Amino acid sequence: MLNLAVFTVMYAGLASSWNLLGGFSGYLSLGHAAFFGIGAYAIGILFTHIGVGAGYRPFLVLPGVGVAVALLSVPVGWVALRVRATTFAIVTISLLFVVQQLAFNLHGLTKGSQGLALPFPPFPTATYERPFYWAMLAVFAVSVLACWYVRGSKLGLMLHTVRDDEDRARGIGVDVTTVKVVAFAVSVGLTAMIGGLWAYYIAFIYPQFAVDPLVTIGAVLMAFLGGKGTIWGPALGAFILVPVQQYLAYKLGASQLYLVGYASVFLIIMLLLPRGILPSIEDRVARRRADPRGRDPDGSPAPPRPEQVVA
Amino acid sequence: MHLLIQSCLLGILTGGVYALMASGLTLAFGVMKVINVAQGALIILGAYLSYTLFTQLSIDPFLGILIVTPLSFALGVGLQLVFIRPLRADEREELSLLVTWAIALGIEGVLSVIYHTTYRSTLTGYANKSLTVAGYHFSVVRLMAFGVSAVILLGLYLLLSRTSLGRSIRATVQNPTSARLLGIDAARVSAIGFGISAATATAAGAVYGIVYPFNPGSHYDLISRLLSIVVLGGLGSLGGAVVAALVMGVGEAVFAAEVSPTWSSFTFFVVLIAILLVRPQGLFGVRERGAL
Repeated sequence: MLNLAVFTVMYAGLASSWNLLGGFSGYLSLGHAAFFGIGAYAIGILFTHIGVGAGYRPFLVLPGVGVAVALLSVPVGWVALRVRATTFAIVTISLLFVVQQLAFNLHGLTKGSQGLALPFPPFPTATYERPFYWAMLAVFAVSVLACWYVRGSKLGLMLHTVRDDEDRARGIGVDVTTVKVVAFAVSVGLTAMIGGLWAYYIAFIYPQFAVDPLVTIGAVLMAFLGGKGTIWGPALGAFILVPVQQYLAYKLGASQLYLVGYASVFLIIMLLLPRGILPSIEDRVARRRADPRGRDPDGSPAPPRPEQVVA
Repeated sequence: MHLLIQSCLLGILTGGVYALMASGLTLAFGVMKVINVAQGALIILGAYLSYTLFTQLSIDPFLGILIVTPLSFALGVGLQLVFIRPLRADEREELSLLVTWAIALGIEGVLSVIYHTTYRSTLTGYANKSLTVAGYHFSVVRLMAFGVSAVILLGLYLLLSRTSLGRSIRATVQNPTSARLLGIDAARVSAIGFGISAATATAAGAVYGIVYPFNPGSHYDLISRLLSIVVLGGLGSLGGAVVAALVMGVGEAVFAAEVSPTWSSFTFFVVLIAILLVRPQGLFGVRERGAL
């Protein structure tokens, strides 16, 4: 049961940190799993090659991993964000495979396809999940705080202008490159921290598992379901979808039907609710307020969403 | 020197097949602004279909293309009608990435259920034959794969340049609004364009299955290469995709021969990063307002 809770909070954190760039600026990153994997391997390599010690010490190293990955991602983001959103998505997909290949090929560091075993965490079996749950919750809280801060700050406004019309934003003097790169770096730094926690929790990582396209897709799907660009939407998406995901894996996991089921859920959400739950509710509330009887008197379009007013 | 030339020749042969694979991807983008992440999965689907025709009915995989492509044309039109068309026009570009990724997962799932995840390859009677010309070796299947890809690409070129359907497609690529004003049924052109794109994918898949072993997960490897190729060539440019595919094919083969085969797939990513730094719109891409 706590296992499900750990994964739910993990995905809530992943979806919220993805939201920082993908939701606010409209630059869909499909390669966040690459940074998840980098975080996982960073913790793994710190364990096996440097020896950070067991117990709670890895949790303390984690923020360092996050900051380091965020800094390292700045040049990557600077190159990848030179192109418009569609090409950016393509580049991030490639990034996923670059990191996976590195994990396979840098045999000395990662043990390649054999996989890297981490020392088993020395927590009592009865409460084994608890430290991980709290740590995941902490990272999730930081992600939501970051979203909340961004949404209310000048940075958020700048990201919105990038989403709505990047050329005009540049024209009126928004430093679009810096804004995008900062959002990218914070977003992937948080993702890497979650990856590191996951690696310590799972205690055994190998390339296809640590750099799994399904991790990205899961996080993106949750952000879309809940409502990208909102503060709580991605978390809401995770609370709905992770149980579904775990149920599908439990029911169909042995057979390959799992992928088919997952793809179907995915397609249904994309076709029926492309804007997400929270924006759809906000729309309805806004329309209700505009006309107390709940319908448009002259068929006028619904009032703009609050975020559009802000932007 | 001999090794270098040998690997260049090998790269050109591989690049020809890549060109066929990438042509559908760049065509779908040109017509609809849709990045079809499912292109890799459709290629693998084509490989499995012709594998099945070969093992069950002993139809030669090169002949099987004639059976496989009409089927996948219909599949492509169906996918476009059901999944791509309902997307709102202003969100289509970003949502289609996710929708086609979901389609790719669905195809991968169905293939793994039917065929399991062991690697297969279509082993024809001439699989291990090779020719030697002036000291250079050519395997027969690779030569045939290149030849068939070139023929299909030529057919595609003629279709686009000589027929009225081709004119409508090119008009839609150049300027969708004017094309619609001139009376071109954009919805029909989009559906047919996606169908052609899927058909080239499965034709390329039939060829791929003869040269390389594959399993349902192989589509990830393919799509990452193909996306690098279309970005290098310039999104939406067919000629660019062909040139880029040949460049990447030769680059990969030379790197594998001269430096290290383990790292050869990195050629794609290195070239991708270089092109982003130097010429983000690709070799033959056009710099639109607000684009690239």
